[in-house]
Amino acid sequence: MSHPPVTDWETDFDHTDVAYAADPFPIWDELRAKCPIAHSDRYGGVWLPTTHEDVAAIAYDTDHFTSQSVIVTEGRPMAPAPIGIAPPISSDPPFHHDARRLLLPAFSPKAIAALEPFTRAYCHELLDAVEGQTELDAAEDYAQHIPVRVIAKMLGFPAGDADQFREFVTNTIESVDLPVEKRIENFGRLEAYLRDQVEDHIAHPRDDLTSFLLDARLDGALLDEGHVGGTIALLLLAGIDTTWSAIGASIWHLARTPTDRERLANEPELMPFAIEELLRAYAPVTMARLVKDDFEFNGCPMKKDEWVLLPFPSANRDPAFFADAGRVELDRTENRHAAFGLGIHRCVGSNLARMELQVALEVFLERIPVFELASGDPAAVRWSGGQVRGPRTLPLRVG
Amino acid sequence: MRVHVDQEKCQGHNRCYALAPELFDVDDYGTAHELNGGQVPPELEGKARLAVSNCPEYAITIDEDS
Ligand code: HEM
Ligand code: SF4
Repeated sequence: MSHPPVTDWETDFDHTDVAYAADPFPIWDELRAKCPIAHSDRYGGVWLPTTHEDVAAIAYDTDHFTSQSVIVTEGRPMAPAPIGIAPPISSDPPFHHDARRLLLPAFSPKAIAALEPFTRAYCHELLDAVEGQTELDAAEDYAQHIPVRVIAKMLGFPAGDADQFREFVTNTIESVDLPVEKRIENFGRLEAYLRDQVEDHIAHPRDDLTSFLLDARLDGALLDEGHVGGTIALLLLAGIDTTWSAIGASIWHLARTPTDRERLANEPELMPFAIEELLRAYAPVTMARLVKDDFEFNGCPMKKDEWVLLPFPSANRDPAFFADAGRVELDRTENRHAAFGLGIHRCVGSNLARMELQVALEVFLERIPVFELASGDPAAVRWSGGQVRGPRTLPLRVG
Repeated sequence: MRVHVDQEKCQGHNRCYALAPELFDVDDYGTAHELNGGQVPPELEGKARLAVSNCPEYAITIDEDS
Protein backbone atom coordinates (compact mmCIF):
# COMPACT_ATOMS: atom_id res chain seq x y z
CA MET A 1 0.00 0.00 0.00
CA SER A 2 1.68 3.19 -1.03
CA HIS A 3 0.76 6.47 0.56
CA PRO A 4 -0.15 9.72 -1.20
CA PRO A 5 2.88 12.02 -1.41
CA VAL A 6 3.26 14.64 1.31
CA THR A 7 2.51 18.22 0.30
CA ASP A 8 2.39 19.81 3.76
CA TRP A 9 4.89 18.63 6.40
CA GLU A 10 3.24 20.58 9.23
CA THR A 11 -0.22 19.01 8.96
CA ASP A 12 0.08 15.91 6.78
CA PHE A 13 3.59 14.50 7.19
CA ASP A 14 4.48 10.89 6.51
CA HIS A 15 7.80 9.56 7.80
CA THR A 16 7.77 6.88 5.06
CA ASP A 17 7.63 9.46 2.24
CA VAL A 18 10.47 9.14 -0.29
CA ALA A 19 11.50 12.78 0.25
CA TYR A 20 11.87 12.12 4.00
CA ALA A 21 14.05 9.06 3.36
CA ALA A 22 16.22 10.87 0.82
CA ASP A 23 16.90 13.99 2.93
CA PRO A 24 14.96 14.58 6.16
CA PHE A 25 17.28 17.29 7.52
CA PRO A 26 15.72 20.35 5.83
CA ILE A 27 12.26 19.05 6.79
CA TRP A 28 13.23 18.83 10.46
CA ASP A 29 15.03 22.20 10.36
CA GLU A 30 11.98 23.91 8.95
CA LEU A 31 9.56 22.27 11.37
CA ARG A 32 11.79 23.09 14.36
CA ALA A 33 11.72 26.75 13.34
CA LYS A 34 8.04 27.00 12.36
CA CYS A 35 5.99 24.18 13.87
CA PRO A 36 8.11 22.21 16.36
CA ILE A 37 5.44 19.55 16.99
CA ALA A 38 3.79 18.59 13.70
CA HIS A 39 0.66 16.44 13.41
CA SER A 40 -0.70 14.18 10.70
CA ASP A 41 -3.96 12.24 10.45
CA ARG A 42 -2.14 9.41 8.75
CA TYR A 43 -1.69 6.13 10.69
CA GLY A 44 -4.73 6.97 12.81
CA GLY A 45 -3.06 10.12 14.15
CA VAL A 46 0.66 10.75 14.66
CA TRP A 47 2.69 13.61 16.20
CA LEU A 48 6.24 14.59 15.28
CA PRO A 49 8.16 16.61 17.89
CA THR A 50 11.43 17.91 16.44
CA THR A 51 13.35 19.73 19.22
CA HIS A 52 15.76 18.06 21.61
CA GLU A 53 13.76 19.41 24.54
CA ASP A 54 10.45 17.87 23.42
CA VAL A 55 11.93 14.56 22.26
CA ALA A 56 13.73 14.21 25.61
CA ALA A 57 10.65 15.17 27.64
CA ILE A 58 8.53 12.51 25.90
CA ALA A 59 11.23 9.85 26.18
CA TYR A 60 11.36 10.51 29.94
CA ASP A 61 7.58 10.64 30.42
CA THR A 62 6.54 7.01 30.81
CA ASP A 63 3.38 8.10 32.68
CA HIS A 64 1.67 9.61 29.64
CA PHE A 65 3.33 7.65 26.83
CA THR A 66 3.54 3.88 26.45
CA SER A 67 6.18 1.84 24.58
CA GLN A 68 3.62 -0.88 23.84
CA SER A 69 4.58 -0.42 20.22
CA VAL A 70 7.58 1.58 19.00
CA ILE A 71 6.99 1.18 15.26
CA VAL A 72 4.24 3.31 13.72
CA THR A 73 1.75 1.23 11.71
CA GLU A 74 -1.82 1.63 10.49
CA GLY A 75 -3.09 -0.76 13.16
CA ARG A 76 -2.53 -0.74 16.90
CA PRO A 77 -0.52 -3.35 18.85
CA MET A 78 -2.27 -6.49 19.99
CA ALA A 79 0.08 -7.52 22.80
CA PRO A 80 -1.04 -5.70 25.96
CA ALA A 81 1.05 -3.29 28.06
CA PRO A 82 3.12 -3.38 30.22
CA ILE A 83 4.95 -6.36 28.64
CA GLY A 84 4.21 -5.92 24.94
CA ILE A 85 5.38 -8.09 22.08
CA ALA A 86 9.18 -7.80 22.46
CA PRO A 87 10.37 -7.03 26.00
CA PRO A 88 12.00 -4.78 27.05
CA ILE A 89 11.55 -2.37 24.13
CA SER A 90 7.77 -2.80 24.16
CA SER A 91 7.48 -2.80 27.96
CA ASP A 92 6.54 -0.08 30.44
CA PRO A 93 7.47 0.30 34.10
CA PRO A 94 7.48 -1.50 36.41
CA PHE A 95 7.80 -4.68 34.28
CA HIS A 96 10.36 -3.06 31.98
CA HIS A 97 13.06 -2.73 34.63
CA ASP A 98 13.60 -6.44 35.30
CA ALA A 99 13.15 -7.54 31.68
CA ARG A 100 15.88 -5.08 30.69
CA ARG A 101 18.16 -5.89 33.62
CA LEU A 102 18.27 -9.49 32.46
CA LEU A 103 19.95 -8.46 29.20
CA LEU A 104 22.37 -5.82 30.43
CA PRO A 105 25.33 -7.99 31.56
CA ALA A 106 25.67 -9.62 28.13
CA PHE A 107 26.00 -6.12 26.59
CA SER A 108 28.21 -4.44 29.21
CA PRO A 109 31.34 -2.68 27.91
CA LYS A 110 33.56 -5.44 29.26
CA ALA A 111 31.51 -8.28 27.75
CA ILE A 112 31.44 -6.51 24.39
CA ALA A 113 35.19 -5.80 24.38
CA ALA A 114 35.70 -9.57 24.27
CA LEU A 115 33.96 -9.70 20.87
CA GLU A 116 36.23 -7.13 19.28
CA PRO A 117 38.91 -9.46 17.84
CA PHE A 118 36.21 -11.61 16.22
CA THR A 119 34.54 -8.54 14.71
CA ARG A 120 37.85 -7.18 13.42
CA ALA A 121 38.79 -10.47 11.78
CA TYR A 122 35.38 -10.66 10.15
CA CYS A 123 35.66 -7.10 8.76
CA HIS A 124 38.99 -8.05 7.19
CA GLU A 125 37.42 -11.18 5.72
CA LEU A 126 34.72 -9.07 4.06
CA LEU A 127 37.32 -6.79 2.50
CA ASP A 128 39.48 -9.74 1.41
CA ALA A 129 36.53 -10.77 -0.74
CA VAL A 130 36.57 -7.46 -2.67
CA GLU A 131 40.37 -7.06 -2.71
CA GLY A 132 41.60 -5.56 -5.98
CA GLN A 133 38.18 -4.32 -7.14
CA THR A 134 38.04 -0.71 -8.27
CA GLU A 135 34.40 -0.41 -7.23
CA LEU A 136 32.48 -1.84 -4.32
CA ASP A 137 29.18 -1.28 -2.59
CA ALA A 138 30.03 -0.37 1.00
CA ALA A 139 26.45 -1.05 2.14
CA GLU A 140 25.89 -4.37 0.40
CA ASP A 141 29.42 -5.79 0.42
CA TYR A 142 30.45 -4.56 3.86
CA ALA A 143 28.23 -2.69 6.33
CA GLN A 144 25.20 -4.95 6.21
CA HIS A 145 27.11 -8.11 7.05
CA ILE A 146 28.89 -6.99 10.21
CA PRO A 147 26.05 -6.73 12.77
CA VAL A 148 24.39 -9.85 11.36
CA ARG A 149 27.48 -11.99 11.87
CA VAL A 150 28.14 -10.70 15.39
CA ILE A 151 24.58 -11.08 16.72
CA ALA A 152 24.30 -14.56 15.14
CA LYS A 153 27.40 -15.50 17.10
CA MET A 154 26.04 -14.02 20.34
CA LEU A 155 22.68 -15.80 19.97
CA GLY A 156 24.31 -19.04 18.82
CA PHE A 157 22.53 -19.18 15.44
CA PRO A 158 24.14 -20.68 12.33
CA ALA A 159 26.37 -18.15 10.54
CA GLY A 160 24.99 -19.45 7.25
CA ASP A 161 21.51 -18.12 8.05
CA ALA A 162 22.63 -14.50 7.70
CA ASP A 163 20.72 -13.90 4.47
CA GLN A 164 17.51 -15.02 6.17
CA PHE A 165 18.03 -12.57 9.05
CA ARG A 166 18.39 -9.69 6.64
CA GLU A 167 15.19 -10.76 4.93
CA PHE A 168 13.42 -10.75 8.32
CA VAL A 169 14.62 -7.21 8.91
CA THR A 170 13.39 -6.01 5.53
CA ASN A 171 10.08 -7.80 5.92
CA THR A 172 9.25 -6.73 9.45
CA ILE A 173 10.83 -3.38 10.30
CA GLU A 174 11.36 -1.74 6.94
CA SER A 175 8.02 -2.67 5.36
CA VAL A 176 5.42 -0.98 7.54
CA ASP A 177 3.56 -0.16 4.32
CA LEU A 178 2.64 -3.76 3.58
CA PRO A 179 -0.95 -4.89 4.11
CA VAL A 180 -1.63 -6.36 7.54
CA GLU A 181 -2.09 -9.92 6.22
CA LYS A 182 1.30 -9.81 4.51
CA ARG A 183 2.96 -8.48 7.68
CA ILE A 184 1.39 -11.26 9.74
CA GLU A 185 2.67 -13.82 7.25
CA ASN A 186 6.17 -12.33 7.45
CA PHE A 187 6.14 -12.37 11.24
CA GLY A 188 4.99 -15.99 11.04
CA ARG A 189 8.10 -16.94 9.07
CA LEU A 190 10.34 -15.23 11.63
CA GLU A 191 8.51 -16.99 14.47
CA ALA A 192 8.88 -20.38 12.83
CA TYR A 193 12.61 -19.81 12.36
CA LEU A 194 13.06 -18.75 15.98
CA ARG A 195 11.01 -21.70 17.24
CA ASP A 196 13.42 -24.08 15.47
CA GLN A 197 16.43 -22.34 16.99
CA VAL A 198 14.90 -22.34 20.46
CA GLU A 199 14.04 -26.04 20.21
CA ASP A 200 17.57 -26.80 19.11
CA HIS A 201 18.88 -24.88 22.14
CA ILE A 202 16.52 -26.70 24.48
CA ALA A 203 17.80 -30.02 23.14
CA HIS A 204 21.45 -28.87 23.10
CA PRO A 205 22.02 -26.08 25.64
CA ARG A 206 25.22 -24.12 25.08
CA ASP A 207 27.03 -21.02 26.21
CA ASP A 208 25.18 -18.31 24.29
CA LEU A 209 22.45 -15.72 24.75
CA THR A 210 19.64 -18.00 23.61
CA SER A 211 20.46 -20.67 26.19
CA PHE A 212 20.92 -17.92 28.76
CA LEU A 213 17.40 -16.57 28.13
CA LEU A 214 15.89 -20.05 28.21
CA ASP A 215 17.42 -20.50 31.63
CA ALA A 216 16.79 -16.98 32.96
CA ARG A 217 14.32 -16.27 35.74
CA LEU A 218 12.15 -13.32 36.67
CA ASP A 219 10.81 -13.46 40.23
CA GLY A 220 12.01 -17.05 40.48
CA ALA A 221 10.10 -18.31 37.44
CA LEU A 222 11.43 -19.16 33.99
CA LEU A 223 10.40 -16.67 31.31
CA ASP A 224 7.36 -17.70 29.35
CA GLU A 225 7.82 -18.79 25.75
CA GLY A 226 6.42 -15.55 24.34
CA HIS A 227 8.87 -13.46 26.35
CA VAL A 228 11.89 -15.53 25.26
CA GLY A 229 10.81 -15.50 21.59
CA GLY A 230 10.00 -11.78 21.62
CA THR A 231 13.31 -10.85 23.22
CA ILE A 232 15.32 -12.99 20.81
CA ALA A 233 13.44 -11.46 17.88
CA LEU A 234 14.22 -8.02 19.30
CA LEU A 235 17.93 -8.75 19.69
CA LEU A 236 18.08 -10.23 16.21
CA LEU A 237 16.23 -7.35 14.55
CA ALA A 238 17.09 -4.30 16.68
CA GLY A 239 20.81 -4.59 16.14
CA ILE A 240 20.95 -5.31 12.44
CA ASP A 241 19.57 -2.54 10.24
CA THR A 242 20.40 0.05 12.92
CA THR A 243 24.13 -0.70 13.06
CA TRP A 244 24.31 -1.39 9.34
CA SER A 245 22.82 2.08 8.84
CA ALA A 246 25.29 3.75 11.19
CA ILE A 247 28.31 2.11 9.52
CA GLY A 248 26.97 2.89 6.04
CA ALA A 249 26.11 6.53 6.79
CA SER A 250 29.55 7.07 8.32
CA ILE A 251 31.32 5.67 5.25
CA TRP A 252 29.00 7.78 3.05
CA HIS A 253 30.06 10.91 4.96
CA LEU A 254 33.76 10.07 4.58
CA ALA A 255 33.33 9.25 0.88
CA ARG A 256 32.00 12.74 0.17
CA THR A 257 34.21 14.64 2.66
CA PRO A 258 37.83 13.91 1.71
CA THR A 259 39.26 16.22 4.39
CA ASP A 260 37.48 14.22 7.13
CA ARG A 261 38.49 10.93 5.52
CA GLU A 262 42.17 11.89 5.44
CA ARG A 263 42.06 13.31 8.93
CA LEU A 264 40.53 10.17 10.40
CA ALA A 265 43.00 7.92 8.57
CA ASN A 266 45.93 9.99 9.88
CA GLU A 267 44.75 10.75 13.42
CA PRO A 268 43.49 7.50 14.95
CA GLU A 269 43.19 9.17 18.38
CA LEU A 270 40.30 11.15 16.90
CA MET A 271 38.28 7.98 16.38
CA PRO A 272 36.32 7.88 19.68
CA PHE A 273 35.10 11.45 19.12
CA ALA A 274 34.48 10.92 15.42
CA ILE A 275 32.28 7.89 16.14
CA GLU A 276 30.08 9.94 18.45
CA GLU A 277 29.87 12.83 16.02
CA LEU A 278 28.89 10.53 13.15
CA LEU A 279 26.28 8.93 15.42
CA ARG A 280 24.97 12.39 16.30
CA ALA A 281 24.86 13.69 12.75
CA TYR A 282 23.48 10.54 11.10
CA ALA A 283 21.58 8.91 13.97
CA PRO A 284 19.68 6.12 12.24
CA VAL A 285 16.86 5.43 14.68
CA THR A 286 13.50 7.13 15.28
CA MET A 287 11.36 5.43 17.91
CA ALA A 288 7.67 5.90 18.73
CA ARG A 289 5.25 5.89 21.63
CA LEU A 290 1.48 5.68 21.94
CA VAL A 291 -0.45 8.29 23.93
CA LYS A 292 -1.93 6.49 26.97
CA ASP A 293 -4.89 8.82 27.58
CA ASP A 294 -5.97 12.18 26.19
CA PHE A 295 -3.27 14.58 27.29
CA GLU A 296 -2.09 18.05 26.42
CA PHE A 297 1.63 18.19 25.74
CA ASN A 298 3.15 21.66 25.19
CA GLY A 299 -0.18 22.96 23.90
CA CYS A 300 -0.81 19.96 21.64
CA PRO A 301 -4.05 18.08 22.28
CA MET A 302 -2.81 14.50 22.08
CA LYS A 303 -5.50 11.83 21.92
CA LYS A 304 -5.43 8.35 23.43
CA ASP A 305 -3.90 5.82 20.98
CA GLU A 306 -2.31 8.43 18.74
CA TRP A 307 1.33 7.81 17.86
CA VAL A 308 4.19 10.10 18.83
CA LEU A 309 7.39 9.70 16.84
CA LEU A 310 10.68 10.25 18.70
CA PRO A 311 13.08 11.41 15.97
CA PHE A 312 16.36 11.22 17.90
CA PRO A 313 18.15 12.25 14.67
CA SER A 314 16.22 15.54 14.65
CA ALA A 315 16.94 16.13 18.35
CA ASN A 316 20.61 15.64 17.44
CA ARG A 317 20.45 18.47 14.89
CA ASP A 318 18.68 20.98 17.16
CA PRO A 319 20.65 24.27 17.11
CA ALA A 320 19.20 25.16 20.53
CA PHE A 321 21.01 22.14 22.00
CA PHE A 322 24.17 21.76 19.88
CA ALA A 323 26.55 24.46 18.68
CA ASP A 324 26.79 24.34 14.87
CA ALA A 325 24.26 21.52 14.91
CA GLY A 326 24.21 21.22 11.12
CA ARG A 327 28.00 20.85 10.78
CA VAL A 328 29.85 17.57 11.16
CA GLU A 329 32.89 18.22 13.38
CA LEU A 330 34.81 15.01 13.96
CA ASP A 331 36.61 16.52 16.97
CA ARG A 332 33.46 17.78 18.73
CA THR A 333 34.22 17.38 22.44
CA GLU A 334 30.86 18.36 23.93
CA ASN A 335 28.40 15.85 22.56
CA ARG A 336 25.38 14.71 24.56
CA HIS A 337 23.73 13.19 21.50
CA ALA A 338 20.66 10.99 21.76
CA ALA A 339 21.31 8.46 18.98
CA PHE A 340 20.75 5.61 21.44
CA GLY A 341 17.70 7.18 23.03
CA LEU A 342 17.28 8.81 26.43
CA GLY A 343 15.93 7.53 29.72
CA ILE A 344 14.99 4.01 30.74
CA HIS A 345 14.96 2.52 27.22
CA ARG A 346 18.54 3.59 26.40
CA CYS A 347 19.72 1.15 23.75
CA VAL A 348 20.83 -2.08 25.42
CA GLY A 349 23.11 -2.70 22.45
CA SER A 350 24.86 0.68 22.48
CA ASN A 351 28.23 -0.70 23.56
CA LEU A 352 28.03 -3.40 20.90
CA ALA A 353 26.95 -0.93 18.21
CA ARG A 354 29.79 1.46 19.10
CA MET A 355 32.35 -1.33 19.02
CA GLU A 356 31.10 -2.54 15.63
CA LEU A 357 31.06 0.99 14.19
CA GLN A 358 34.56 1.77 15.42
CA VAL A 359 36.08 -1.52 14.25
CA ALA A 360 34.26 -1.31 10.89
CA LEU A 361 35.64 2.18 10.22
CA GLU A 362 39.15 1.37 11.45
CA VAL A 363 39.44 -1.70 9.23
CA PHE A 364 37.89 0.07 6.23
CA LEU A 365 40.28 3.05 6.49
CA GLU A 366 43.25 0.76 7.04
CA ARG A 367 42.51 -1.38 4.01
CA ILE A 368 40.95 1.27 1.73
CA PRO A 369 42.32 4.66 2.75
CA VAL A 370 41.21 6.39 -0.48
CA PHE A 371 37.63 6.17 -1.72
CA GLU A 372 34.84 8.35 -3.08
CA LEU A 373 31.24 8.02 -4.22
CA ALA A 374 31.22 6.13 -7.53
CA SER A 375 28.56 8.36 -9.02
CA GLY A 376 27.76 12.06 -8.85
CA ASP A 377 24.07 11.15 -9.00
CA PRO A 378 22.59 11.28 -5.46
CA ALA A 379 20.06 8.62 -6.52
CA ALA A 380 22.88 6.06 -6.76
CA VAL A 381 22.80 5.96 -2.94
CA ARG A 382 19.44 4.59 -1.83
CA TRP A 383 18.37 5.42 1.74
CA SER A 384 15.96 3.24 3.69
CA GLY A 385 12.87 5.08 4.81
CA GLY A 386 10.67 4.97 7.86
CA GLN A 387 12.13 4.73 11.33
CA VAL A 388 15.59 3.37 10.54
CA ARG A 389 17.51 5.47 8.04
CA GLY A 390 20.73 4.44 6.37
CA PRO A 391 22.20 3.80 2.93
CA ARG A 392 21.05 0.50 1.43
CA THR A 393 23.22 0.95 -1.67
CA LEU A 394 26.52 2.81 -1.45
CA PRO A 395 28.62 2.38 -4.61
CA LEU A 396 32.19 3.59 -4.08
CA ARG A 397 35.20 4.00 -6.34
CA VAL A 398 38.35 2.98 -4.49
CA GLY A 399 42.01 3.92 -4.83
CA MET B 1 38.01 18.72 42.20
CA ARG B 2 35.49 15.93 42.76
CA VAL B 3 33.11 14.12 40.40
CA HIS B 4 29.91 12.33 41.29
CA VAL B 5 27.51 10.09 39.31
CA ASP B 6 23.84 10.30 40.23
CA GLN B 7 22.88 6.65 39.77
CA GLU B 8 19.19 7.51 39.56
CA LYS B 9 19.89 9.54 36.42
CA CYS B 10 22.58 7.28 34.92
CA GLN B 11 21.16 5.06 32.17
CA GLY B 12 24.40 3.36 31.30
CA HIS B 13 25.41 5.17 28.12
CA ASN B 14 28.97 4.45 29.36
CA ARG B 15 30.41 7.61 27.85
CA CYS B 16 32.18 8.52 31.10
CA TYR B 17 33.85 5.14 31.37
CA ALA B 18 34.99 5.32 27.73
CA LEU B 19 36.41 8.83 28.08
CA ALA B 20 37.85 8.71 31.60
CA PRO B 21 38.33 5.15 32.86
CA GLU B 22 40.73 6.55 35.50
CA LEU B 23 37.78 8.34 37.12
CA PHE B 24 34.75 6.14 36.43
CA ASP B 25 33.86 2.47 36.35
CA VAL B 26 30.67 0.69 35.31
CA ASP B 27 29.05 -2.38 36.85
CA ASP B 28 27.65 -5.37 34.93
CA TYR B 29 24.41 -3.46 34.39
CA GLY B 30 26.15 -0.48 32.82
CA THR B 31 25.53 1.82 35.78
CA ALA B 32 28.49 4.10 36.41
CA HIS B 33 30.16 5.15 39.64
CA GLU B 34 33.10 7.39 40.42
CA LEU B 35 36.43 5.87 41.53
CA ASN B 36 38.58 6.97 44.48
CA GLY B 37 35.69 8.71 46.22
CA GLY B 38 35.35 10.99 43.21
CA GLN B 39 38.69 12.71 43.87
CA VAL B 40 40.14 14.09 40.61
CA PRO B 41 43.93 14.57 40.44
CA PRO B 42 44.85 17.88 38.75
CA GLU B 43 46.14 16.20 35.59
CA LEU B 44 42.73 14.53 35.05
CA GLU B 45 40.56 17.62 35.44
CA GLY B 46 40.22 17.97 31.67
CA LYS B 47 39.00 14.39 31.39
CA ALA B 48 36.50 14.93 34.19
CA ARG B 49 35.02 17.90 32.31
CA LEU B 50 34.97 15.86 29.10
CA ALA B 51 32.92 13.14 30.82
CA VAL B 52 30.43 15.71 32.08
CA SER B 53 30.05 17.25 28.62
CA ASN B 54 29.29 13.91 27.03
CA CYS B 55 26.80 12.37 29.45
CA PRO B 56 23.44 12.49 27.65
CA GLU B 57 21.52 12.12 30.91
CA TYR B 58 23.28 14.92 32.85
CA ALA B 59 24.07 12.34 35.52
CA ILE B 60 27.58 13.57 36.36
CA THR B 61 28.32 16.61 38.48
CA ILE B 62 31.61 18.32 39.30
CA ASP B 63 32.45 20.05 42.55
CA GLU B 64 35.33 22.37 41.68
CA ASP B 65 36.31 23.25 45.27
CA SER B 66 36.70 19.96 47.11
C1 HEM C 1 23.88 2.21 15.80
C2 HEM C 1 23.10 1.21 16.16
C3 HEM C 1 21.90 1.34 17.06
C4 HEM C 1 21.11 2.43 17.29
C5 HEM C 1 21.22 3.83 16.70
C6 HEM C 1 20.10 2.01 18.25
C7 HEM C 1 19.13 2.85 18.75
C8 HEM C 1 18.25 2.52 19.76
C9 HEM C 1 17.33 3.43 20.37
C10 HEM C 1 17.14 4.89 19.98
C11 HEM C 1 16.65 2.76 21.35
C12 HEM C 1 15.62 3.35 22.29
C13 HEM C 1 14.26 2.78 22.13
C14 HEM C 1 13.17 3.59 22.77
O1 HEM C 1 13.41 4.65 23.38
O2 HEM C 1 12.02 3.17 22.62
C15 HEM C 1 17.15 1.40 21.33
C16 HEM C 1 16.71 0.39 22.16
C17 HEM C 1 17.18 -0.91 22.13
N1 HEM C 1 18.20 -1.40 21.33
FE1 HEM C 1 19.29 -0.33 20.02
N2 HEM C 1 20.31 0.69 18.57
C18 HEM C 1 21.40 0.25 17.87
C19 HEM C 1 21.96 -1.02 17.92
C20 HEM C 1 21.51 -2.03 18.74
C21 HEM C 1 22.13 -3.33 18.87
C22 HEM C 1 23.40 -3.76 18.17
C23 HEM C 1 21.35 -4.06 19.74
C24 HEM C 1 21.53 -5.45 20.25
C25 HEM C 1 21.78 -6.48 19.57
C26 HEM C 1 20.26 -3.21 20.16
C27 HEM C 1 19.29 -3.58 21.05
C28 HEM C 1 18.37 -2.73 21.62
C29 HEM C 1 17.42 -3.14 22.63
C30 HEM C 1 17.28 -4.52 23.26
C31 HEM C 1 16.67 -1.99 22.97
C32 HEM C 1 15.52 -1.88 23.98
C33 HEM C 1 15.99 -1.32 25.28
C34 HEM C 1 14.88 -1.07 26.26
O3 HEM C 1 13.73 -0.91 25.84
O4 HEM C 1 15.14 -1.04 27.47
N3 HEM C 1 20.39 -1.99 19.53
N4 HEM C 1 18.13 1.28 20.36
S1 SF4 D 1 27.89 8.85 30.71
FE1 SF4 D 1 26.24 9.35 32.11
S2 SF4 D 1 24.62 7.91 31.70
FE2 SF4 D 1 26.46 7.19 30.79
S3 SF4 D 1 27.34 5.74 32.24
FE3 SF4 D 1 28.31 7.69 32.57
S4 SF4 D 1 27.02 8.62 34.06
FE4 SF4 D 1 25.85 6.96 33.29
